[in-house]
Amino acid sequence: MNIPAELKYTKDHEWIKIEGDIATIGITDFAQGELGDIVFVEIETEGETLNAHEVFGTVEAVKTVSDLFMPVSGEIIEFNSALESSPESVNADAYGDGWMIKVKMSNPAEAAELMSADDYASLVG
Amino acid sequence: MESTALKTTALSDLHISLGAKMVPFAGYTMPVQYSNLIQEHNQVRNSVGVFDVSHMGEFWLEGPGALSLIQKLTSNDASKLFDGKVQYSCLPNDKGGIVDDLLVYRFSEEKYLLVVNASNIDKDWNWISSHNSEGVKMTNASDEYSLLAVQGPNATAALQKLTSADLGAMEYYTFQEGEMAGLSDVIISATGYTGAGGFELYVKNADAQKLWDAVFEAGAEFDIMPVGLGARDTLRLEKGFCLYGNDINDETSPIEAGLGWITKFSKEFMMSDHHKSLKENGVSKKLVGFEMLDRGIPRQHYTIKNAEGEVIGEVTSGTQSPSLSKAIGMGYVKTPYASAGTEIFIEIRDKQLKAVVTKIPFL
Repeated sequence: MNIPAELKYTKDHEWIKIEGDIATIGITDFAQGELGDIVFVEIETEGETLNAHEVFGTVEAVKTVSDLFMPVSGEIIEFNSALESSPESVNADAYGDGWMIKVKMSNPAEAAELMSADDYASLVG
Repeated sequence: MESTALKTTALSDLHISLGAKMVPFAGYTMPVQYSNLIQEHNQVRNSVGVFDVSHMGEFWLEGPGALSLIQKLTSNDASKLFDGKVQYSCLPNDKGGIVDDLLVYRFSEEKYLLVVNASNIDKDWNWISSHNSEGVKMTNASDEYSLLAVQGPNATAALQKLTSADLGAMEYYTFQEGEMAGLSDVIISATGYTGAGGFELYVKNADAQKLWDAVFEAGAEFDIMPVGLGARDTLRLEKGFCLYGNDINDETSPIEAGLGWITKFSKEFMMSDHHKSLKENGVSKKLVGFEMLDRGIPRQHYTIKNAEGEVIGEVTSGTQSPSLSKAIGMGYVKTPYASAGTEIFIEIRDKQLKAVVTKIPFL
């Protein structure tokens, strides 16, 4: 299982890359494998400010649909629009081309509550 | 659900060793996907794939009253069966709904095999037993048989290497008992739930692995692969085949479900007057197929509305169709909305997304 050490994680199977007060967010390799073939990613919250744990979008796979949760609070400043035409990038490259949103964190202290790669590995292991 | 409480099939360990994702289904632990659902789906549509559907139930009905009992309890006309013929049918209940849908195999005038859904084995057994005033000998063989569904346009060519039975000459919905892969008395049935052609092979549990291995060897030139229940669902839905528990249940009439073709009033059966009346006087809701025009995937229990926003029905099945690359579904709608071409709206996450009623099969 691919769980990059430099990222942070949530129990909802999202990964977070933190650079300053900007968090880039996607779903983990484990999550994409559980969902199976992803048909589209629906994110219509760009420009909105949401609290941690609020739903920022949904991901539709052939078999199932799953909500996407904010790992941290903040404004969604960018959505990966390439996913509109290539949602399969989430399956193929969950930590790279499959990234979903960038958030300007309103409370960077929340990042301390996220899981480490080791903790996440034991959650899904 | 506790995994320890789940039943296994004779091939469960094999599926796990093949890397299948196992899920609880109808009380069994079953492979939902091995590698990739779309790949598995396409392999069946375009070539050949193998499903372990050993969870299905098998009941033998034997004796001089067997046909009478079957005629009394099933909606289709089993008197049309001949030796080696299979019939799709359903068991109407006493409240206007359906106990289960099933296959009826005639082995001889006084010997029939009923193949029922795994989730309904106990319910069906109790239902049939409680109406067995004919004294028919009933045997529940569900735990003795494994069932491999070898499906796809190359199934015949692959399996022909394993048997002297002339598979190409077998018509759809016929069967024979024959030798296959050196195993005697395999029930070779030209049936399936994919609409892709192929066979379903009933074999004793002890022989299941041997048959599986032989089928994979014979199918190697066609890149044969194991296929999970996920692709089974997308394959059947593209063909508009009903799934019990989704599209039909204890409360739906076969007439509402578009199963009038297996509901024959040439004979009397459980609640036949009721269903005949529905057929003659019309039903208030009908099961229809639809495809999404707006982007969204319909799922079971989503609400169906009209352009004015009034609730007109509910989705019973839905998926992204791998073969058609569009979202399709089935659901019950009020009869005025049931004709092909009618614009309907599926409520998905508080949005009303446009769809159109479509003739089924979709493909």
